[in-house]
Amino acid sequence: MSIKVSPDKCNGCTLCVKACPQGCIEVKDKLATIEIDSCNFCGSCVSTCRFRAISIEIEKQAKEDLSQYSGVWVYGEQWRGEIAPVVLELITAGRQLADERKSELAVIVLGNNLDKVAQELSEYPVDKVLIYEAPELESYDPERYSRVLSDLCKELKPEIVLAGATTVGRSFLSRVAVQLYTGLTADCTGLAIGEDGLLHQTRPAFGGNIMAEIVCPYTRPQMATVRHKVIPTSPKAKNGHKPEIVRLNVKPKLFGSRSQILEFIEQMENTVNIVDADVIVSGGRGIQDPANFALIEELARALGGAVGASRAAVDAGWIPYSHQVGQTGKTVCPKLYVACGISGAVQHLAGMSSSDTIIAINKDPNAPIFQVADFGIVGDALEIIPMLTKKIAAMRGQS
Amino acid sequence: MKIAVCIKQVPQTTEVKIDPETHTLVREGVESQINPFDLYALEEAVRVKERLAEQGEEAAVTVITMGPPQAEAALREAISLGADNAVLLSDRAFAGSDTWATSYALARGLAKIAPDLVFCGMQAIDGDTGQVGPGIAVHIDYAQAAYVACIEEISKKKITVKRLIENGYERVSLQLPAVLTVVKEINEPRTPSLRGKMNAKKAEITVWKASDIDAPEDKIGLLGSPTQVIKIFSPPHREGGEKWTGESHELADKLANLLKEMEVV
Repeated sequence: MSIKVSPDKCNGCTLCVKACPQGCIEVKDKLATIEIDSCNFCGSCVSTCRFRAISIEIEKQAKEDLSQYSGVWVYGEQWRGEIAPVVLELITAGRQLADERKSELAVIVLGNNLDKVAQELSEYPVDKVLIYEAPELESYDPERYSRVLSDLCKELKPEIVLAGATTVGRSFLSRVAVQLYTGLTADCTGLAIGEDGLLHQTRPAFGGNIMAEIVCPYTRPQMATVRHKVIPTSPKAKNGHKPEIVRLNVKPKLFGSRSQILEFIEQMENTVNIVDADVIVSGGRGIQDPANFALIEELARALGGAVGASRAAVDAGWIPYSHQVGQTGKTVCPKLYVACGISGAVQHLAGMSSSDTIIAINKDPNAPIFQVADFGIVGDALEIIPMLTKKIAAMRGQS
Repeated sequence: MKIAVCIKQVPQTTEVKIDPETHTLVREGVESQINPFDLYALEEAVRVKERLAEQGEEAAVTVITMGPPQAEAALREAISLGADNAVLLSDRAFAGSDTWATSYALARGLAKIAPDLVFCGMQAIDGDTGQVGPGIAVHIDYAQAAYVACIEEISKKKITVKRLIENGYERVSLQLPAVLTVVKEINEPRTPSLRGKMNAKKAEITVWKASDIDAPEDKIGLLGSPTQVIKIFSPPHREGGEKWTGESHELADKLANLLKEMEVV
C-alpha cells in the first residue's frame, strides 16, 4: 500500500492537514507531505482534497474473472410458509438492479414444504424462483443455511445477493460472506448501480448521524442486507408472467450442524412486531406507570399498529425489551410514528427519525422529540390518548 | 473452562459530525467507551464464570479487542468489571479493516486463546453491522447463536440458550465451543467493584501484532477488506414541523382529524 501526493495538482491549501485524524500531514513549500509511518491509510485526505491530488494505491486486484458472475438474487426469507414482508421490498430493489445490469432477478428460498411459497413468489416480477427444499432446513440453522447458500453462490455465481436486515438475514449473510471471502454491507437504505457497474450501497452508521457509500470492487457476489420499509413493496407481475420455478439439487452432506432448535416461543400479539408495522405508537417515561401502557396499546390497536417504547420505559420494567425502539433496541421506519411521553434522547431518535411522519405528544414544549416531529402536540399524553382512541372508534363507527 | 469476550472501543456519543470543510468525521474531543452491547456480553461471561464456580468448575474470562494502543483503556475497564485477562490486537496492518478482516483478526487472536465459549455484543453502536460475531464463528469454526437473550443451562460440552427472533424466541442447544452474540435483555451489567478497579490498574495487557497471531497481511486491514467506503456524508436534516397547544380534548379532536386526513383511520 502506498499514498502519494501529486505535486502538479496540490496547491498547499491545507484542507488535508485538517482532515487527517492521525495528524501526519504537513504542508511544506506549498506541497502536502505525508509522514508515512503514522499514516493508517484511512483515506480522509483523499476524499477531502478538492484537487484530487492525493491517491492511495492498494496493490489489489480480483483473483478471478468477475464477468462470470451475473444476476441478482433476493433471499426469500420465510417463516413456516409465511414470506417476510421485506422480501417483497427486496424484489422491487432487485428488479431495478437486474434491469440496469441487463441480467436476471431470482428469488432464492431455503426451507421445507415450499410449494405455496414458490407459487406466491412466482406472482411477482422475478425471472426465476429457486427452491432448495429439505426437512433439515425447516427452520433457520446458521451452519446448514450458510453452507447451502455459499455452495449455491459458488456454483451459480450471482453477481449480487440481497437479504432483509432481519435477525436471520444479518447473521446468515455475515456467515456466507466470510465463507465466500466477499464483502457484505449491513442494513442498507439505498442501492444503485454506479457508472463503474458496481453496486453502490448506502447505509447509515453512528446511529444514523452519518451515511456511508460502500462498494465491493474485487470480489463477488456483492452482498447487502437491506433495512425494512425503505423500499416500496413490489406490485405483483402482470397477467401472463410466469417465472421458472427451479428446484435445486439438494446436497445432504451440507447439513451438518452443531446446534439444535428445541422449541419456538411465539409471541402471538400482533402489537409486538415493530419492525414490520406501518404504524407504531410508543410510550416513554411520561406514561408514568406500567398500567398506563394499556392506553398506548388501545391506541395502537385502534390504528392497527404496534406498540413501541423508549429505553426508559423498558428499563423501568413497564414493557418487554422486544418493544424497545432506539440505539440499543430496534430501528424502525413506519409510515407513522406516534411518540407519547417520550422526551427524545438522541439514542431514541436514532431508532425512529427516518419514519415517514412523526407525531409527538409531550407536556414539555422544549422536549427534543419536537425537533424531529412533523406534528408536535404540547399536552398531557395520558389525557389526550384515551380521548383520541375514543374519537377514532367513533369515526370508525360512522363509516 | 475458558471464556472470551470480544469488545470494541467506540465513541461515547454517536452524535458525530462531518466537518463541512473537509467532509470527514470530526473526531476531536470525543471520549471513548466500551460499546454498550459488549458490556452485556462481558457481564454474561462473568456470570457464567460465577455459575460454573457454583457447579465446582473453574473458569477464566479473557477480554479481547482490536484497535489502536489507546484501546487498552477499554480493556482495563473490562477487567474492573470482572474479566481476568486482556488481549489487545494492535498493529498498523489492522487499520482500515471492514467486518470481514475484523472478524478474521479476532478469530486468529481467539484461536490462540482457544476458548470454549466466546461472547460478543449483538452489534457496535458506531458501525451498527452485527456482522463480526457470526463472522468470527465461521473463521474459527465454532457453533454459533445470535441475539441470545438468556443462557438456560451450561455444561462442559453443551449450552442451552434462548434467542430473540422476529416473532418471539427460539430455544437452541449448542455444542461447545461456541460463539454467542447477546442482546441487552440478557442481564443488567454490574458497576466496577473496588477490587476490580485495583485489578484493572495493575493488570498486564497482552499485546499481539499481526505476526503474533499468524495473520497474513493480505487478510487484514484495508488490504484484506472486500468492501471499501467511498464516501461519507450527513443524512438529510429533519426539521420539526408545526406545534399545537390547547385543551386536551381539542388536541385529541385535531389529531383524530389529522389521522383521518392521513388515511390512517
